[in-house]
Amino acid sequence: MQRLLEWIDARFPLSATWKAHLSEYYAPKNFNFWYYFGSLALLVLVIQIVTGIFLTMHYKPDANHAFASVEYIMRDVPYGWLIRYAHSTGASAFFIVVYLHMFRALLYGSHRKPRELIWIFGVLIYLALMAEAFFGYLLPWGQMSYWGAQVIVNLFAAIPIIGEDLSIWIRGDYVVSDATLNRFFAFHVIALPLVLLGLVAAHIVALHEVGSNNPDGVEIKKKKDGQGRPLDGIPFHPYYTVKDILGVVVFLIVFTAILFFAPEMGGYFLEANNFIPADPLKTPEHIAPVWYFTPYYAILRAVPPMFGSQFPGVLAMGVAVLIFFFLPWLDRSPVKSIRYRGPKYKIALTLFVIAFIGLGILGILPATSLYTWIARVLTVIYFAFFLLMPWYTRYDSHKPEPERVTAK
Amino acid sequence: MSPKQSLIAPLLLLVLLSLPLAAVASGAAVKLDPAPINLNDKESLQRGARVFVNYCLSCHSASYMRYTRLTDLGLTEAQIKDNLLFAAEKTGETMTIAMRPGDAKQWFGATPPDLTVITRSRGPDWVYTYLRTFYRDDSRPTGWNNLVFDKVGMPHVLHELQGHQVPVMREVTGEDGKPHLVVERLQLAKAGRLTLIEYDAMIGDLVNYMTWMGEPAKAQRMRTGVAVVLFLSLFFVVAFYLKKEFWRDVH
Repeated sequence: MQRLLEWIDARFPLSATWKAHLSEYYAPKNFNFWYYFGSLALLVLVIQIVTGIFLTMHYKPDANHAFASVEYIMRDVPYGWLIRYAHSTGASAFFIVVYLHMFRALLYGSHRKPRELIWIFGVLIYLALMAEAFFGYLLPWGQMSYWGAQVIVNLFAAIPIIGEDLSIWIRGDYVVSDATLNRFFAFHVIALPLVLLGLVAAHIVALHEVGSNNPDGVEIKKKKDGQGRPLDGIPFHPYYTVKDILGVVVFLIVFTAILFFAPEMGGYFLEANNFIPADPLKTPEHIAPVWYFTPYYAILRAVPPMFGSQFPGVLAMGVAVLIFFFLPWLDRSPVKSIRYRGPKYKIALTLFVIAFIGLGILGILPATSLYTWIARVLTVIYFAFFLLMPWYTRYDSHKPEPERVTAK
Repeated sequence: MSPKQSLIAPLLLLVLLSLPLAAVASGAAVKLDPAPINLNDKESLQRGARVFVNYCLSCHSASYMRYTRLTDLGLTEAQIKDNLLFAAEKTGETMTIAMRPGDAKQWFGATPPDLTVITRSRGPDWVYTYLRTFYRDDSRPTGWNNLVFDKVGMPHVLHELQGHQVPVMREVTGEDGKPHLVVERLQLAKAGRLTLIEYDAMIGDLVNYMTWMGEPAKAQRMRTGVAVVLFLSLFFVVAFYLKKEFWRDVH
């Protein structure tokens, strides 16, 4: 066994990689609840890829057969229902986990120097994930799949000058059709998964280069022992592998409880209208995107059309996502963690969470005039969180950071 | 991070999930009657299957549903073949119909929808209420209208069983301040072959069957789920003590 390992190590850095990323990768010892979601996101990615492979074996990307093939999976493929529900529940779980993972960064300043690139890779993953979810949602070819895709692709048509051609180029047709379904299938099963995997690898490599942040927001690499190991660091393996197993089990209990007992999740994970086959001639009364897109959908609807064009709303929606990229440079606080920040940031973050979730709820509801006005107020709060950040973080009070991490 | 703050996100998520999305989606003004769904009642499901193939399956297909799957309801292949197989040759076939969609559109104004997963899009309560609230309306080409599906294209196929209902109108002041006539309730004007209670029971069985047909694997899903969650709960104990043991030397 030892000789086999030596043989491999002479040809491939197996032991070195194991050491660099697991057994001698030192992670701060004070990770709390919020630090489970990175490994959980990786787990959900694996679930999606594995279930996705099996779904692809039975699914037919053809406008005449797609809906029926999904029902075939649900009924005639052995354990097809399990694979399909795992994939549909996994899609929502992915966003829950990623949103909590991103919120963790806002709490403890994980996006701050020297981790800007980790953050940028992360936002790119988030973007790729949104595209992946959007393409995938068309595949069951139900009414919501169809009209959701129709609405989103039409957003591109609102871009001045090139919009109309751009939307036709995306769809491959003048309306969402078989051609659209085929290309979305290609994007969903190969193009975006490749991009996602590459970005995830970059995210982790960058993280392991600079080391993990922690709830105190202090650098553990500043205090090392005689052998160059951080005093407050512990090897990722076995400490965090066994801890993450615990997180995985708790996550799986929640995940499987939804999968087996409430896979539709009251219409949030699987929409009722999506059990009606796509009908290009019948627009549903109320088109709402799946819950994870609703905050942006609410922003889109909150911005009134200007000069007879929907473009301002589309622009606001796009900027609302892309603005996350600039977070590391918008934050001017001398401390990273919310534990040592002053009240201004705490209030701003609370308002932002309220705005984000509020917009998410409003995006599900029909746009009445009252709701539209609430959405406008929340949209302003959403953008103010980012745009005013350089000021309220700089002039905020703060407590001194500790020298070492504070473990309980 | 105070415990108060760490609660914000999960709490708000709960609020989000507790919103009645189904109510938003359907937009129905009529109060729906709760359908008597019991997927463990095999006899009710069998009776419902019989009503379904006798009455629904001439105009509506259930083209993702295989006859053989009815064995899940405690029927044998022979029983299915002898009693339920009118529209197909073999029990391995799906519940398709001979009527062509183009013809159907000409006759009814709309193609009768496939019913395999109708309870998953409309909900069992909607179907249960719909099938019991047809009423006479001479302004409609078929002579029938429906409380939950206004100007429905489908005639009341079961009128011989239920009888003829007529609306009792009531005047209300609308949002525009003008009086409008609305249907207050339905009244039986001509009795059918079944009593009201018998008819409701029959529709109850039918909707029960249609709900089962919407997802035949549901019972298996629930059973498997219990086993999986139990296993994971046991594994949690193992994982908990494993972590505790490894972390004893971390201070």
